Order: sequence, then C-alpha cells, then structure tokens
Amino acid sequence: MPEFEVDTGTATWPHQLYGLLREHNITQFAYVPDAGHRVLIDRSLADMEVHSVALTTEEEGVALLAGADLGGARGVLLMQSSGVGNCINMLSLIAGAHFPLLCLVSMRGEFGEGNPWQYKMGQAVRPVLEAMDVIVLHVDRPEDVIPTASAALTMVFQSGQAVAVLLGQRLIGAKKF
Amino acid sequence: MARLHRSQMSTVPAAVLDRRSAVPALVERPQDFLVVAGLAGTAQELTAITGDAPYVFGLGGAMGAAPMMGLGLALAQPGRRVLVITGDGELLMNVGALATIAVLNPPNLAVVCVDNGHYGETGNQDSHTGLGVQLDKFAVAAGFPVVWTINTEADLPEGRRLLREGGSLSFLLLRVKEGPALRIKRNLQPAVARERFRMALLGKH
Repeated sequence: MPEFEVDTGTATWPHQLYGLLREHNITQFAYVPDAGHRVLIDRSLADMEVHSVALTTEEEGVALLAGADLGGARGVLLMQSSGVGNCINMLSLIAGAHFPLLCLVSMRGEFGEGNPWQYKMGQAVRPVLEAMDVIVLHVDRPEDVIPTASAALTMVFQSGQAVAVLLGQRLIGAKKF
Repeated sequence: MARLHRSQMSTVPAAVLDRRSAVPALVERPQDFLVVAGLAGTAQELTAITGDAPYVFGLGGAMGAAPMMGLGLALAQPGRRVLVITGDGELLMNVGALATIAVLNPPNLAVVCVDNGHYGETGNQDSHTGLGVQLDKFAVAAGFPVVWTINTEADLPEGRRLLREGGSLSFLLLRVKEGPALRIKRNLQPAVARERFRMALLGKH
C-alpha cells in the first residue's frame, strides 16, 4: 500500500510546525529519536537558539519540561506512541502541580500498521493519556496540523493545560515491513 | 532464603557521616541556588534547612523526576546556579538521566546524591548502592566533567567549593549512614510548590 508511505522529510507541514513552535517561544525540544519527528529534531539540532535534548526514555522529558516551566521557559516533548507508556507515573507531576505540557506523539499501531508489536501501546495511547488528565487531539490530514498545533499551544501556554497532539499514521505514513 | 549478589569488587569504605549535619554542611548557603529536591529524605531536609523556602521545589512523588527537572530549570535559567539534591533510590529510578544531563553539560547545574544505601521510606531495604553499586562511577562514565565523592568530613570543603566555584556541571556523591533526615512539616501540594517557586523567581504564576 504505497499510499501510506509518506516521507515527512519532503512534506511542508513539519517545517511549518517547527516555525510555529519557535514563534511561540518554544526553546526546549525533548525527544527520543523517531522517524515521524525527524524534521523537528533536525531543525532543533541546527537552531542555536534552542536546546535540543535527546532523552534516554520519554519520562525524562516530562520532568525536563516541568523544570523548564519552573524557570519560565517553554518546551515540547516529541515521542512515538510507545513512549507514552513510559511517561505514566511522571505525568502525575504535571497533573498535581498544574504544569503546562505540550506533547507531539507520532502514532504507531493504528492506520495500516504492519508490526503487530506496536498495536497494544498504540491503541492504549488515548485512554492512558486521558487517565492522567492530558487532553488528546488527533490529526490525520496535513492541512489540519498547523491549526491543531496552534490550538494546542493556546491550551497549554495560555490556559495551563496538558495537551498531546497525536500525529496519526494516515498523516505520517505506516512504516513498511 | 533469597540472597542478593553483593559486589565483590567494591572497595567503598563504610559510610560514617550523619546526613543531619553533613547535608547542611555541604549545601551551606542554600539561598545561593535554585533547588530541586527528590522525594522523601532530601525534600524533607532541604525544606527544613531553608525554613520551607519558596526556591526549593521538593518532590513528594514522581520518583525519578528530580535530576531532569533540574536540567530543564538550569537550561531555562543559565544565570542562576541550580542544585539537584536527591537520594540514591530516586537517582537509580532514572539513572539514564545522568547520560542525558552530561550530554547537555549545563555549567550551572550540580547534582548531589545523598547516598544512604537504603530505601529509607519503605522499610529500609538495601538499595543497589548499599550492595556495592557506585553512582559516582556512573556519573564519570556518563561524562560529568566534575565528580567528587564525600566519604568523610575531610572531603566536605572541596564539595562546598565545587558547588559554588566549580564553574562546570558537577556530580557530588555524599555518602551517609542510615538514619533519619532533618524534617519539618511541609505542604505536600505540588501546585502550591510550583506557584510559590515561580512567584519567587519570575514574579508571576
């Protein structure tokens, strides 16, 4: 099914998304490397005005962004759906202290997934996040990425909420196996 | 009876310091720092030492958060010195954070591990460090440019100096005996801790 092979490196929305995050003064980009976030990661590494923070596990990023907020800075956590499971208890810090939190989650285990290992956590992403008081938005079409990310930025940094934007496999493409 | 493997290679001397005097002696002037303190003992003693000061964010849960919170804070506030002070159990829960922190290498961050070799809050079970695991060697292997181990009173002055004048990312292992931490009653509402920390530092909620 070649229509699900989307190269996020040539799409325009990842670059627009990086620009949007920078316009909103995001200065800490935290991530466990992932193909779906390749452009954001590469752009953050090339940007001398931000901190590009490679994590060993996603929960580190939750704590990092709480610390950033204590210091008056804004960040974003980029992760794959499998990483959401690694964050669960750390999200109690966000919920309990009302830290703002912005996560972008590249989805696996949903639309056209060819690796059976990805389904359990991919399908659990929404209930797990919602159980920890993280608001979940989902994007499947390129034209919806920027409006959804803009909404999330307002929800997080103006209204103090924790929000995860799920970048669906229909958007980023299913990896071939 | 189950037996845990105690490292045969360990050359670590028995701990002699009492944390109730060693922690205040090392930190000395806590107001010089923005402080993130790990759950249980270290959060209690930093709250007690500072008279519950707003520039101490003391955790009561989210075990494993303290070092990375310190990194986020240090990157956000490059003009201030940031002190993470946490226990061996808390550090072990996210020990990979040492690698993440060393790669970023913020010069204004110090991580102090108050290592009593035990899980003091849960029945005083041996922790991995109590069985010979050496967190200072983890920090060296991660690439911390300065690592200093405090076994006795004689090691404290250099630790105090490094916290203030080291001028680089540092890791200090403070080895202490089992036993209680200083403590006073503290507000355990995390939202209160966040609000007052930000108000004291940034002048806003």
